[in-house]
Amino acid sequence: MNPLAGTTRFLTERIRGAGYVADLLARTAVCLPRLPRRLRFLLDNSFNAGVRALPVTLVVAAFAGAILAMQTGIELRRFGNTNVLGTITALSMCREMGPFITAVILAATVGSSIAAEIGTMKVSDEIDALEVMSIDPVDYLVVPRVVALALMCPLLTVLSNLIGIYGGSVIAEQNLGVSPDLYWVGAVESLTSSGTLLPKEVYVGLLKSFIFGTAIATVSCAAGLKANGGALGVGLAVQTAVRNSVLLIIVLGFVITWFFYFLA
Amino acid sequence: MIELQNVHKRLGERDILKGLSVKIPKGMNFVLMGPSGTGKSVTLKHVIGIFKPDQGSVHVDGQDVPAMDHKQLMTLRRRMGYLFQNGALINWLTVADNVALPLKEHSKLSRSEVDDRVHEVLKLVGLDHAAEQGPPDISGGMKLRAGLARALVTNPEYVLYDEPNAGLDPIISHQIHELIAEVRDRLSVTGLIVTHSRACATQCGDRIGILEAGKLGIEGSVEEITASDHPLARAFMGSGSD
Repeated sequence: MNPLAGTTRFLTERIRGAGYVADLLARTAVCLPRLPRRLRFLLDNSFNAGVRALPVTLVVAAFAGAILAMQTGIELRRFGNTNVLGTITALSMCREMGPFITAVILAATVGSSIAAEIGTMKVSDEIDALEVMSIDPVDYLVVPRVVALALMCPLLTVLSNLIGIYGGSVIAEQNLGVSPDLYWVGAVESLTSSGTLLPKEVYVGLLKSFIFGTAIATVSCAAGLKANGGALGVGLAVQTAVRNSVLLIIVLGFVITWFFYFLA
Repeated sequence: MIELQNVHKRLGERDILKGLSVKIPKGMNFVLMGPSGTGKSVTLKHVIGIFKPDQGSVHVDGQDVPAMDHKQLMTLRRRMGYLFQNGALINWLTVADNVALPLKEHSKLSRSEVDDRVHEVLKLVGLDHAAEQGPPDISGGMKLRAGLARALVTNPEYVLYDEPNAGLDPIISHQIHELIAEVRDRLSVTGLIVTHSRACATQCGDRIGILEAGKLGIEGSVEEITASDHPLARAFMGSGSD
């Protein structure tokens, strides 16, 4: 195959795919006023997203906080400066690690499940069945999932942050000789010193989580809705959903951090 | 009346429909037969507006389907039912909830009125006993009957049947055929039935059209097609077929 033609086709497909996701997000926004009719589905999806991802999120967050404290503490100890370990761990968890870890886990667990569920519906004609019943699949299937994940991702992120900071405190005390009082005072002060109700570190992290949740659900629904070709198509939809979600999480995380800490 | 005039459709690299023209008068069951891949299901999807023709026209009761906007299409679809090959039931809803779905979404009926109507159509298709079961817990034939109940629950004027007996044993197939004929006779519903099955065509059809190379190769009443010497008619309606 001509390499230029191959590259052009690859780029065209990616741009078309991005356009489809953007269009789906816009259609989801248009259908939002009808969300109260889907309250049961919203609660079901919120429960699924939260409960399914909670155990693994907490375990990963605890270890991430511990690793963060360990790696940072090793260097700080060389300079005799371990008293700022609580501050560094708390800020890192709230700004970056908590939202990132939670979003990646949600992409792998809930995002893949959304793509598989909607993809299976697509290849077994259930989406067409909704359309012929004059039921908009975006309104019926996509909106409750997007809203559920957009709400659950920040909620899980708050828990991740707390568990991650706690994980760091265990390492700080057991391996680096930092007293729990010193660690927690540093952590709490770093997150409250701005004097505002919601410090920048926290609200930027939560905003990131909200955007990550929305992105994961939209990308996963889009992958499911575009599935075709039976079981193989569903498998590809799941692969596409997880890959695109993780890519988006990294790129959006960079853009949001850059915007709030370098541009705004 | 459903009328397709010189419909052409290309999907991917293949020309599926190449000038299909067919008229389906009200009150009858029209059976569309033909080899696999000749565009039978694609024809149904043109009638209900899922596909738009590349060329040609599709009219239902004089209304130009491809020219309809979203709202008009939704209105048209409320007058139609569609039975998919496997029933296409929503997996996480019970049979009763599946059947109630179009009513809950579009009608202003109270909950008890919806329940009454659902049980009425479930009784018609012989599934009243399975109302609270989920699609994974019922057989293929029951799924089809539940799909038919869902297609009928809004009192449609037209029902499109996509391979209503695919994968079913002869006994269940016979029950489904009788049900389709009963729907026409009792409810005056116009049917467009896509099938490979001679038994289906003879038991519930009034007219038969057989597709060949993207257009109708032969069309006539059940008796005419059964008696015809046309190779297509022999292939699908001959003694060795089905």
